[in-house]
Amino acid sequence: MRLTVLETEKCVGCQSCMFACSRRVGEAGLARSCIGVRSIGGMERGFSVIVCRACSDPPCAKVCPTGALIPREEGGGVRVLPDKCIGCGHCREACIIGAVYWNDETNKPMICLHCGYCVDFCPYGVLGMQKREVENVEE
Amino acid sequence: MLKNDSLENILYINLTRRTFKVERRPDLFGKYLGGTGVATQLLHDECPEGCDPLGPDNPIIFAVGVLTALFPLASKTVSMFKSPLTGNLGESHCGGRSAVAIRMAGYGAIVIQGASTMPVYLSIEGNQVHFRDASTLWGMGNFSSGRIIRENEPGSGLRTIMRIGKGGEKLITYSCVTTETFRHFGRLGLGAVFGSKKLKAIVVSGKSSLPISDKKVYRTLYDEVYKAAVESPVMKKYHDLGTAENILPLNKFGGLPTRNLTAASFEHASKLSGEAFAREYLGRRLACSHCPVGCIHIAALREPYEDVSYFYKTSMISYDYEPIYALGTMLGITNPEDFLKLMDRVEEAWGIDAMSLGVILAWATEAFQRGMITTEETRGVKLKWGDVKAYIKAGGYIIDQPNDFYKALARGVEYAASIYGGMDFALSFGGNEMPGYHTGPGAYIGYLIGARHSHLDNAGYSFDQKILVEKKVEPEAVVDALIVEERWRQILSSLVICFFARGIYSPELVTRLLAVAGFDLSEGDLQRIGREIHTEKYRFKVREGFDLNVMRLPERIFETPSPVGGLDREYLTKALAYAQKIIQKELDAAE
Repeated sequence: MRLTVLETEKCVGCQSCMFACSRRVGEAGLARSCIGVRSIGGMERGFSVIVCRACSDPPCAKVCPTGALIPREEGGGVRVLPDKCIGCGHCREACIIGAVYWNDETNKPMICLHCGYCVDFCPYGVLGMQKREVENVEE
Repeated sequence: MLKNDSLENILYINLTRRTFKVERRPDLFGKYLGGTGVATQLLHDECPEGCDPLGPDNPIIFAVGVLTALFPLASKTVSMFKSPLTGNLGESHCGGRSAVAIRMAGYGAIVIQGASTMPVYLSIEGNQVHFRDASTLWGMGNFSSGRIIRENEPGSGLRTIMRIGKGGEKLITYSCVTTETFRHFGRLGLGAVFGSKKLKAIVVSGKSSLPISDKKVYRTLYDEVYKAAVESPVMKKYHDLGTAENILPLNKFGGLPTRNLTAASFEHASKLSGEAFAREYLGRRLACSHCPVGCIHIAALREPYEDVSYFYKTSMISYDYEPIYALGTMLGITNPEDFLKLMDRVEEAWGIDAMSLGVILAWATEAFQRGMITTEETRGVKLKWGDVKAYIKAGGYIIDQPNDFYKALARGVEYAASIYGGMDFALSFGGNEMPGYHTGPGAYIGYLIGARHSHLDNAGYSFDQKILVEKKVEPEAVVDALIVEERWRQILSSLVICFFARGIYSPELVTRLLAVAGFDLSEGDLQRIGREIHTEKYRFKVREGFDLNVMRLPERIFETPSPVGGLDREYLTKALAYAQKIIQKELDAAE
């Protein structure tokens, strides 16, 4: 299962998902969020929800010089091995949607684990958990 | 308050010297929680007695609260300043991304002092403050200046961009500050205070963690508040139709001011209802940061260009109950598109308080009809109920102020009436143009004794609808009830909890939430602090010459029957005298 942005047009920009992501690790605030919501050049145009989309061959892992990002076998996405990470930031640059967030305290990447905790805090049905094999089927 | 909570940091920015510093004030936030409570103290500290509201000595204070970014719906920023409209306490609240951005940037409050000699905007990113040249932005409306700052500054998705339009630059005493295109520090003229300092905009961004006393308790409590926010019936109306939901019930009740309150119901109300706007125009719904309710309703208006075929302009325009009342029913506007066209100018280009403007134009229309002013004063504009073209033209003249008449209109209805007459139908209270509730004596007592002269200070309109409609109550008892409500609301606005969420944020819940943030306060403590803050606000008001015994009561409110019957001047005068006594007693006790 992977976290999927089902319908960005329904997003009202409340950012509850961002707060949920930090709370998932027991923190208040936004410093630990691996999901972001920003307007598309002004709120009148709506929002984009920026989060790891679990690429099947993730560029972030491909460019990691120390093998600190391990593609997950089930569902996609990557695991970060902090001990191996040297904080070079190549992964952040390789992700063209900007879904590699940064922990300024540890100087290491933060990437969505596809745990789905945020889904319960999206009251508008923007976010959902989906199996890759049925992603084009409309309910 | 927990140790290391960045809430205690106050950022002081001096525009004259172009300097900034941070002071830690755990004492202040520990005692007053944030928001209104803290801002009131900072206003006492920073605003010299009798200062010119448009001079460099008038400070601009922003404060957020301890629950901001911790729990949903604590997402308002309180601004305080001396109001150029009333010459007294100026307090205006705004949502958008402002409160969360200030808290995440690591501050509980921001104080802006002095004045710049050239247009500037401030960029605050965590602990860095940049003074940027805003010469290019001067003269621009809200959309354009917002877009340019967005493209030039960091913090996308984590920032607020507060800015003024032309109204603020031209020092119109009821100009507003806009954040995130559609939310406003709407009332009492903060925009003019920005303009007087040549401050075009402030962008604030940040991303940080906040301390909590217990992770597990925090998550459980969060779930409780969140569930109430998305499921509670008390939030449903804001969620579904937004505040515009109130048009039809208020109209049916007979409390919807119409055509300068010559009537209290509007025969075309159904065309301007929340239901009608949702059906025909609703184009997008938005939320403030950390609020799952999403009450912000944006209309999409598609208009063909007149000079070329197959070209359309699609404007996104926010609507709410109060602007629909002020720029709609109060001006006899019957066509919803006409309301949207006027609202678009007010919000985008002019940047002025929709409520004040509506009341001013309504007064001007009546004065024009009575021949007290003529096309000589109006520069050829024939003001007529429902004529949106005339209103758009007059609004433009208010911004440009080409003659004494429009200069007077730019200073509020009370000032204009003091020169041209028609004070009996100049609908302001405490110098502030009235909101959209002619529900009965509760509403008017509420506007007059409320520290901001806002309907939201104490919800007198609600007292009319729930209690006075059922039974007669002595004026003293109305005052007592409203003061109790206003004191509690000082706690909500010190925690910067949106008043729309007052139904879920009970005193009992608030004490539990505060415990997670390291505050050990009982419900009794909260009542005591609320009472103290209320008195502190009045201490400022009285210092600046406020006196309830000399409050003006426009004759018009006694002429048009309210849903609870005709209003009685003696009843209101009695209420005010009693309120003055109570407030004075509190002030004496605090000495």
